Amino acid sequence: MEAHYWRDLWRYRELLGFLAWRDVKVRYQQTFLGVAWAVVQPITSVVIFWFVFGRLAKMPSGGEPYFIVVMVGQLAWQLFANTLGNVSGSLVGSAQLISKVYFPRLIVPLSSVLVALIDFLFVFAMYVIAALWTRTIPGIHALWLPAFMALALLLAVGSGLWLCALTVRFRDFRILVPFLLQIGVFATPVGYRTDYLTKWRDVLAFNPMTGVIDAFRWSLLGGGESFAWYSFGFSLGWAAFFVLSGIWYFRRTERTFADDI
Amino acid sequence: MSELAIRVEDLSKLYKISHLANQRTVRDAVHHGMRLVWRRLRWNARPKREEFWALRDLNFEMKRGEVLGIIGRNGAGKSTLLKVLSRITEPTTGRITLRGRVASLLEVGTGFHPELSGRDNIYLNGAIHGLTRAEINRKFEQIVEFAEVTRFLDTPVKRYSSGMYVRLAFAVAAHLEPDILIVDEVLAVGDATFQKKCLGKIREVSTEEGRTVLFVSHNLSSVRQLCSRAILLEQGRLAFDGLPGAAIAAYTQQDRTKSDYKHIAGDGAVRITALRMPADGGAEAIASIFGEMRIEIHYEAKAAVGSLEFFILVYADDGECVAASFQTDSGARVAAGAETRSISVSFKNPFAPGRYMVSAGIFDAFRQFHDWVEFAESFEVSSGFADGRAFDQRLGRVSLEARWTP
Repeated sequence: MEAHYWRDLWRYRELLGFLAWRDVKVRYQQTFLGVAWAVVQPITSVVIFWFVFGRLAKMPSGGEPYFIVVMVGQLAWQLFANTLGNVSGSLVGSAQLISKVYFPRLIVPLSSVLVALIDFLFVFAMYVIAALWTRTIPGIHALWLPAFMALALLLAVGSGLWLCALTVRFRDFRILVPFLLQIGVFATPVGYRTDYLTKWRDVLAFNPMTGVIDAFRWSLLGGGESFAWYSFGFSLGWAAFFVLSGIWYFRRTERTFADDI
Repeated sequence: MSELAIRVEDLSKLYKISHLANQRTVRDAVHHGMRLVWRRLRWNARPKREEFWALRDLNFEMKRGEVLGIIGRNGAGKSTLLKVLSRITEPTTGRITLRGRVASLLEVGTGFHPELSGRDNIYLNGAIHGLTRAEINRKFEQIVEFAEVTRFLDTPVKRYSSGMYVRLAFAVAAHLEPDILIVDEVLAVGDATFQKKCLGKIREVSTEEGRTVLFVSHNLSSVRQLCSRAILLEQGRLAFDGLPGAAIAAYTQQDRTKSDYKHIAGDGAVRITALRMPADGGAEAIASIFGEMRIEIHYEAKAAVGSLEFFILVYADDGECVAASFQTDSGARVAAGAETRSISVSFKNPFAPGRYMVSAGIFDAFRQFHDWVEFAESFEVSSGFADGRAFDQRLGRVSLEARWTP
């Protein structure tokens, strides 16, 4: 039974792409700015953080342009938050499909990850432009970036699987998720660096995303600072926990999604 | 050809309703949980949870190439059975063995996105049903041709007429080439020509390609035409399994109870309790053109009421009311006491072949409604005349019993 499920998942792999393609195509159809919308929102956040933390609060930038420090933080956060948001709303968004057709339900949240990745590409392009502009070219560490992206995705998918399965039963989570993400962006070092916050560093490390953002900065800023093993270890642990338990809970509840949704 | 395609063993599906269904938010769940604890503390009995067996101890097998019709009243478990067989939801107990790939068409246009073009939707829909891009490419031409939408391939589906929409949806499903095809009532939507085309396609799929088909329909005549076998469900249980004709007979004989009726008007002082159509000789409510028909209206009065007037309305399959008969047409009225009674109306059936539904109602002396039940009974007109001639494909919804003089 279990093996059968994963084989089915493989057989339906093209559906993954089709659903993602549908979502992207539909989203930008009949919009005036089209794909530009994928960039407007994250850039606005970066500008606000740069202004509040860099200009007003005068947080230390560690020798890099503060704008880039925030940009890299936003890059990691955006990937995580978009993925989590998409995944947790995905099942309820496909309620009609789920109650009428069989396919491995994991396809739905997974396809929403692809959509988030496409959005990420646009923001990444903005980062490249900003990096070239400010001449903050990363070093060899940048090759590690895909691994750190994967970690952000695992965290988002793992917790997202919990949330999307819970949303099927309790629509509260639909309201809770945007709220959590709104708080999360401040509880996570998106707009500031952790390596200068000796007092708060250890507390912040409990946040699963702190390690990811530290790692992103280590990889892209290339200022030669030491790798934040402490927070990174926490992130790895959280990711393993969320992914394994998320898949377990999802598999356990998916057989009655069609009845509850 | 006699390989097993489907085996269903002791299949049951339990739905828990009321309490659980209302727990849509965490607050409700918490509230409910607290109440449970409170009741336990007060030594109350187990909390009442309403349970509902949508399917109960079903057992049947199907061979490859069989076409099985599933009939039964609303709520008898037909749709649940299809959902369980197509793996959309899990059975509570029991086992299902399916040999081969299953495709189900439980609703027209599931997964269609209105903003996307017909072409895009064909690919999307194919993928939803488990086809790969290469497989869809191979069948693309056939699908488009079957659906007759060549000119509108690049138009968003939201601009399609409902007919085009249905055609496209069925076309995709019909070309999935599954080993087992599950179809639910989808043919009820298209126009007559297209319905015929769909039925033809289903027949082709089963007889020529040897695929197994499960088919739910309220259209009894298509069940009879198409299926090699039919099962009748009654409150989730298998009430009959056998030849379609016999299953339909068993279905039309099922006693209708008043809880089924939709009372759409009236003060309820006098209520219709049952509508029956005792067919002459045969068991089915199947009429021939110019055949004798009799409809019994059983009713009960709460208290002594004044004189009553009864009426019946006959609706065609598309919902249009095609005929009416009022009791005062014949000059009679009934004075009602407090006991249960019945009245019957007889006529020679004028209707063209098809399926018809009957509504009935009761007026008081001032033509105020006591009751009006909608679609309480249905009957079928077969393709033939009472004197044995076959139907000649004439136009007209009714045939006049007229006198022709040279």
